[in-house]
Amino acid sequence: MLEIHNLHASIGGKEILKGINLSIADGEIHAVMGTNGAGKSTLSNVIVGHPAYEVTEGSITFNGQDLLSMSTEQRANAGIFLSFQAPTEIPGVSMTNFMRAAVNARRAAMGAEALPAGEFLKLMREKRKIVELDAKLTSRSVNEGFSGGEKKRNEIFQMAMLEPTFCILDETDSGLDVDALRIVAEGFNKLRKPETSAIVITHYQRLLDYLHPDVVHVLIDGRIVKTAGPELAAEIEKRGFDWIKEEVGL
Amino acid sequence: MTSEKQYIEFYEEERAGIMSRSPEWMNAHRDEAFRTFSAAGFPSRKDERNRYTDVAKDFAHNYGINTSQRPQDASAQTLYNAVADTRDALVALNTMFAMECKTVRVGKGERPQHPIQIVNTLRGEHPEMVSRRILIELEENAEADIIIIDRAASKQRFLTNQVIEVRCADGARLNLYEIEETHLLCTRYSSLFMSVGANCSVHHTSLTLFNGHTRNRCDVSLCGEHSEVVLNGCVIADKMQRVDNNTVIDHQAARCASRQLYKYVLDDSAMGAFAGRILVRPGAQHTTSQETNANLCGARTARMYTQPMLEIYADDVKCSHGSTVGQMNEDALFYMRQRGISEREARLLLKSAFITEVIEHIPLSSLRDRLLILVERRLKGELSKCEGCKMCE
Repeated sequence: MLEIHNLHASIGGKEILKGINLSIADGEIHAVMGTNGAGKSTLSNVIVGHPAYEVTEGSITFNGQDLLSMSTEQRANAGIFLSFQAPTEIPGVSMTNFMRAAVNARRAAMGAEALPAGEFLKLMREKRKIVELDAKLTSRSVNEGFSGGEKKRNEIFQMAMLEPTFCILDETDSGLDVDALRIVAEGFNKLRKPETSAIVITHYQRLLDYLHPDVVHVLIDGRIVKTAGPELAAEIEKRGFDWIKEEVGL
Repeated sequence: MTSEKQYIEFYEEERAGIMSRSPEWMNAHRDEAFRTFSAAGFPSRKDERNRYTDVAKDFAHNYGINTSQRPQDASAQTLYNAVADTRDALVALNTMFAMECKTVRVGKGERPQHPIQIVNTLRGEHPEMVSRRILIELEENAEADIIIIDRAASKQRFLTNQVIEVRCADGARLNLYEIEETHLLCTRYSSLFMSVGANCSVHHTSLTLFNGHTRNRCDVSLCGEHSEVVLNGCVIADKMQRVDNNTVIDHQAARCASRQLYKYVLDDSAMGAFAGRILVRPGAQHTTSQETNANLCGARTARMYTQPMLEIYADDVKCSHGSTVGQMNEDALFYMRQRGISEREARLLLKSAFITEVIEHIPLSSLRDRLLILVERRLKGELSKCEGCKMCE
């Protein structure tokens, strides 16, 4: 589904990613762990096409398409979804108008007609339940006045609405209490189709206990230095990253 | 005085004809106005209230002036030039050439069942200057919703020099809306003067949806206690449009409240200006006043000048003012684009969210809903009235 080859990327002239290689097949979940500032969020921003990042070398293909030649919104409409680490508040833009614009943009990209208002609202109601998102929140402005946990739930709610085929969960577990983490993780699992793939960026084992990654990567200083099975996450939880740094000579 | 010359000469030539076709109570003011205008000329940009607009330049074009006889309504003649600043050159120019007064008069305790709508449509084959005068008189405890709409039906240069005089007697309630939806060749000068008695509630909303050059002056005098005045403004401008709003709220009486919220969305090479002066006179104790001007510049070439002013001569008052000029929120744009919303649509949603705050304050629901649609169409670029005109391309 997603092939990343020798990816180099920088922001403001500073190189952050220094040659990433990653191959994710349909239905696979890959966890990306690593120290602060290793480049995990940069990787997710580059995949979705954040305008501040510059790709200096390498390629990303998504279902055979050259992702780097596509705009941010084209990538989104091709099925890529980023659950933001810190979702943006947009005062004055209601959740309903925002979601309607997004859903209809996705439908237009797939050649479908805009959803009639009644059906759209019905869809909102259905999907809201999956992440137990309060009805009051969907009548407010996007993320405005939402608590940290509500913002994360709102991200998964949007994912439910847009039905992406490739998801990036960027520290979706940060700022969540144990119950909220369970609701968000179970929500993701419910929404996931067999062919849905994901990159899960996290510092902790707990989210991975729910999501059962197929592969765990360790990203340090802009490179993937170690790749192993889910047992690696448990080991990192216990021992930290220093032993890996030593192992690879960093 | 080159710009003034054509108006001075025209008046001298046409004076007798104008006088013969209009009523005595209007004619009585003309010669005095002519002397004022001839002596003062158009205010320069050194004048504190005209820092952002080159009046002489806007009036320099050779406009035709229609001095034909018009239907007359003398029911509010005592209001004529009673509230306006007659020393002002633009008021004087209007007084020289005004041929009729559009009059709304609501008697004691009365309340018209429906909103009153005044639609000004500019139409003609030649460039024309229009001297429009509107008188609004609300007697004790009268209530009215008045909507004044400016339109242009011809792709022609028009210059409107409008003066509106409003007098609200004690206990009156007025909702006054002014909506401009013209085109790039139109220049509008509006001078609104309101005299407000005691226990009144006056809400004025000014919307500039489409225009060329616009300069709106709004002067409010709070003359009686326990009155409330709200001035709201909404401006959407792009291309080479210019919009200058200049307000003065004069708190002469104690225990009054005033609020102002003006919001501008500017794009391309548009220029916006807002100057709002709140004057609290000695003795106007317990005044509360709040003034906010917030602006969004969608392009680096768009310019906004903002100048909130407080002048307080009483010691027991609560006044605040603030203004902001900001750009598009890039994080919000990215967030929306990541959800598949095109950049154009995302910008539109942000602009619309910013500006509709002003419209949501409008109590008249039918007008509010209509304006929300108009604003959206305007932001989408569907309201441009001069398709095919080179200036719009």
